[in-house]
Amino acid sequence: MTDGSVLSVILKIIESLALVVGLLIYVAYVLLADRKIWAAVQLRRGPNVVGPFGLLQSFADLLKFVFKEPIIPASANKGVFLLAPLVTGALAISAWAVIPIDQDWVISNLNVGILYIFAVSSLGVYGVIMAGWASNSKYPFLAALRSAAQMVSYEVSIGFVLVTVLLCAGSLNLTDIVNAQNTAYGVFGWYWLPLFPMFIIFFISALAETNRPPFDLVEAESELVAGFMVEYSSSAYMLFMLGEYVAIVSMCAMTAVLFLGGWLSPIPFAPFTWVPGIIWFVLKASAVFFMFAMVKAFVPRYRYDQLMRLGWKVFLPISLVCVVVVAGVLQVTGWGGLPH
Amino acid sequence: MTAADGFFYIFSAICVASAFMVIAARNPVHSVLFLILAFVNAAGLFMLLGAEFLAMILIVVYVGAVAVLFLFVVMMLDVDFAVLKQGFLQYLPVGALVGAVVLIELVLVVGGWTLAPAGSRVLGSATPAGISNTAALGRILYTQYIYFFQAAGFILLTAMIGSIVLTLRHKVGVKRQNISEQNLRDRHKAVTLRKVPSRAGL
Repeated sequence: MTDGSVLSVILKIIESLALVVGLLIYVAYVLLADRKIWAAVQLRRGPNVVGPFGLLQSFADLLKFVFKEPIIPASANKGVFLLAPLVTGALAISAWAVIPIDQDWVISNLNVGILYIFAVSSLGVYGVIMAGWASNSKYPFLAALRSAAQMVSYEVSIGFVLVTVLLCAGSLNLTDIVNAQNTAYGVFGWYWLPLFPMFIIFFISALAETNRPPFDLVEAESELVAGFMVEYSSSAYMLFMLGEYVAIVSMCAMTAVLFLGGWLSPIPFAPFTWVPGIIWFVLKASAVFFMFAMVKAFVPRYRYDQLMRLGWKVFLPISLVCVVVVAGVLQVTGWGGLPH
Repeated sequence: MTAADGFFYIFSAICVASAFMVIAARNPVHSVLFLILAFVNAAGLFMLLGAEFLAMILIVVYVGAVAVLFLFVVMMLDVDFAVLKQGFLQYLPVGALVGAVVLIELVLVVGGWTLAPAGSRVLGSATPAGISNTAALGRILYTQYIYFFQAAGFILLTAMIGSIVLTLRHKVGVKRQNISEQNLRDRHKAVTLRKVPSRAGL
């Protein structure tokens, strides 16, 4: 909103709609890619019937979900039960308001963009708790409690990782963070190299935060049937699914922005810098998602106490020490951007 | 009317309405959910003022952490509001006193604005010129008010240690996971290969 007039608001709404449509189409293919990669690791073919190579599978699934009968349990708290999937879906998409996909290609160039992302992802836990409570059933409630504990725990280490990145960049603005990684060294100037342990911690915490395997204790089907969404069907279930995958894609995008130089070209000279930034950005986010999908295929599910131990007793101390070390190094050497 | 005015009216109307619903809702879980809605809208109002850092911290701390715990407690304890409301008349005088004090204070604040408009300028603007909101807060907090900041940190640390001490119990006879022992286990310790003679068994 530059001048605050009604026209600029309408323009922003059109921009947002364009972003959401693009994002949802990308998510449809990410979903397919997830299933294809998982299948390939297990020497299966994966979905290959709907459309060429199964390319239309996600859209067929969407139609199937929408046309199914929505079932609301008789003893459920109806309002909250229906609100929960909407909260999950809306919050997951709203994180994209501040993610820059190219220089100046961002809905809102917020000065506290990184905090906004952190705030929105900390709200994601409400969809889970509300669904678990409103279902008025034992398994969803248990799943909601344990997943809420899980998401809150890993938020702490993600917070400290973000602090190290913003110490290096000297700004909370995501566009500034990407521009701070724009050096003459290309791929070696991005933050994944100087902050390598943080990059790993962020990746693993992102898996836990989005309830991806090996941390998918939220829907541990062997213990909790299907977690907090046992009672959900049709469109409401689809919204949960969609919110989950949008959150995964935004975590991939955040990894790309914070550690992999966002829209910057990995090789900082002529033929490569001509490629539009959005292509680099999508490539990087997709590469991170490929790692997400491979982890799902490779790693067995964590036990719950292992998960809590990893979050509180391993990641929290390491990231806390790293914040002190990074701040100390920056203070002594004078590297990094100063706040302006 | 600019769009910012429209947003102000939307945020403040929802904020007031949801604050009212916090005390009016019959179900305690609904009360907490309305409280969260009020917090989020208050954050929206901060945002319109230009105090972006405060808005985000309000959401991260209050909505993302404090209200989650609140919701946990309310869900687990299954508070019955009908029982709580039985003592309504008994608590009325205390409630009325608190309400009166808050009302007087609000009148003082608003009266201060209108009677002495110069006073509000002392507080400083939410958007200082040439410096971002976050940097401005940091500069004041870590220079001028560093001792208060450290004292607040120590109080929080004491509270944290206190709550851990109060809740930590070492029960005897409870089986616990020993992670280092589990990690040190290898296949030589876990599995033995035995040659089983045919028709004899072990």
